[in-house]
Amino acid sequence: MSYRRYVVTLIVLTLTLVLLALACLVFGSVEIPVRNIADIVMGKGGGNKAWEIIILQSRIPMIVTAALAGAALSVSGLMLQTTFNNPLAGPSILGVSSGAGLGVAIVILAMGGSLGGLLGEGVGSYIAILVGALMGAGVVLVVLIAFSAIVRSNTMLLIIGILVSYLTSSVVQLLNSVATEEGVHNYVAWGFGNFSGVSAAQMPVYAGIIILALMASMMMVKPLNALLLGARYARNLGINVPMTRNILLLITGVLTAVVTAFCGPIGFIGLVVPHIARMSLGTSNHSRLVPATILAGADIALLCSLASVSNPHGIIPINAITPIIGVPIILYIIINRRRIQYFN
Amino acid sequence: MKPIYTTQDLAVGYRNGKKEVTLLSGLNLSLESGKLVALLGRNGAGKSTLLRALTCDERPLSGSILTNGKNLLEMSQKERSRLIGLVSTERIQAGALTVTELVGLGRQPHTGFLGRLDDEDREIVRQAMIDAGISDKAGDYVASLSDGERQKAMIARALAQQTPIIILDEPTAFLDVASRIETMRLLQTLAHDRGKAVLLSSHDISQSLLLADELWLITTDRQVLTGSTQELVNQGAMNYLFTNRDIHFNPQILDYSFL
Repeated sequence: MSYRRYVVTLIVLTLTLVLLALACLVFGSVEIPVRNIADIVMGKGGGNKAWEIIILQSRIPMIVTAALAGAALSVSGLMLQTTFNNPLAGPSILGVSSGAGLGVAIVILAMGGSLGGLLGEGVGSYIAILVGALMGAGVVLVVLIAFSAIVRSNTMLLIIGILVSYLTSSVVQLLNSVATEEGVHNYVAWGFGNFSGVSAAQMPVYAGIIILALMASMMMVKPLNALLLGARYARNLGINVPMTRNILLLITGVLTAVVTAFCGPIGFIGLVVPHIARMSLGTSNHSRLVPATILAGADIALLCSLASVSNPHGIIPINAITPIIGVPIILYIIINRRRIQYFN
Repeated sequence: MKPIYTTQDLAVGYRNGKKEVTLLSGLNLSLESGKLVALLGRNGAGKSTLLRALTCDERPLSGSILTNGKNLLEMSQKERSRLIGLVSTERIQAGALTVTELVGLGRQPHTGFLGRLDDEDREIVRQAMIDAGISDKAGDYVASLSDGERQKAMIARALAQQTPIIILDEPTAFLDVASRIETMRLLQTLAHDRGKAVLLSSHDISQSLLLADELWLITTDRQVLTGSTQELVNQGAMNYLFTNRDIHFNPQILDYSFL
């Protein structure tokens, strides 16, 4: 794969990111003139207090939240696909997201008797929710590791992931049946997925953890490339396979759990974006794939975010949009399997 | 010549829960630089199990493996990766890598944390592709290679690893006759001209007899007979490979025939 194609792809993805971020700044349920938006962003004040609040406390945090969530889920998907040697792996299809969701539900119930105030303003409460999400994601990952040692088949592992999702959602429903009506309502709303749930106060924790984990994933390109050849070759290349796999799954778990705790269980992005990155770069080489996946993930999430505010009558749930983008791409990939290099 | 790789009283097999099933035991085998050794045996005799133990992919049931006086089993993965290069039959997921990138992965034991290649690494990769006869495909996707070319690329990858020992599990299994002969010739050249100790397992008995310097024969009563190809053929050892009394080894054609 040529270096030029790599550079051009990165430039295009970055420009798209800037354009989408600007679009997310301009378009929303309230119309604000572009000149006033520019003034507010520059810190000169827009002459209208309400507009200032919308831009600074709603749109900008939402852009950052969405971009980071997209990057995080996509890199998680990439690492899961390489680790499990399975092109259809992803944080939601393998049940990692729903595990995190179950953790969130349990913590909320234990803390307040209801699922209400999912991302309450108290610092303690959202840290507890994060911990719950991490534990939930961790348990699912451990289950997946255990099963992947027993069932060698890729398809079976996906089915186990789907079964895990069913199981966790049934546990959540059982929890809901003893929760308050408000709690159930909040839980359902959280399940729709949304990028506006991170407050300015929570942003440093959310962004800090995700950025650290993304940096950690960039440090893993060497073992990830070795794993393309399978565990036996990776060992022969000097890679400690069990330790590498645990580190990769730890990073995946952290990324997925943080995003899920704050934004809800968001499907398809983690599954689809690594394929977009591979196909646009024409390579499985992770030293190029990881940066491209991060950028493409941010792009797709911003696109979804933009689509979600495009309805004048209210916000469209993110999880109503991701399948519309994701399913056609997955079908394209399945149909063209034989012509796509990285399957062969 | 002094062997660079020896096993001492090695026993291999598999563990089934707490039960140990020994396939081969009391093995004192050795590999020398510059020699091509072929491991032959019928299916299920334990060829793959033995190779997995020799590459430390599976812990042997007992015994030790020495190279340069050090026990291979006590080394780190990293140290071993500089001693033994492996070519196995596993399916790889590397179709969207170019041949150069694939062969470049062989440099991993020698590169830093991020696996970046410097000029010296790139030169070694280039030379490995020339030696394996795959340099004309350097920029092609692995997915576009034929089975024979793919095997050459994997051998080039092992060469780029610059290990004194190369172990190959059924390197000719999926190849057509022409590629099979070509691959065996290549391995012989690597042993004779580059001074590598090359060990391969094979089903292709006549090719192995033609080209291998030494044989390791796993007999039907689970012994491993070793010696130069000529010696073993002359001793009639080839008849211990199979149990069927009607099938005999014919030294004239270097193959088995029905009597």
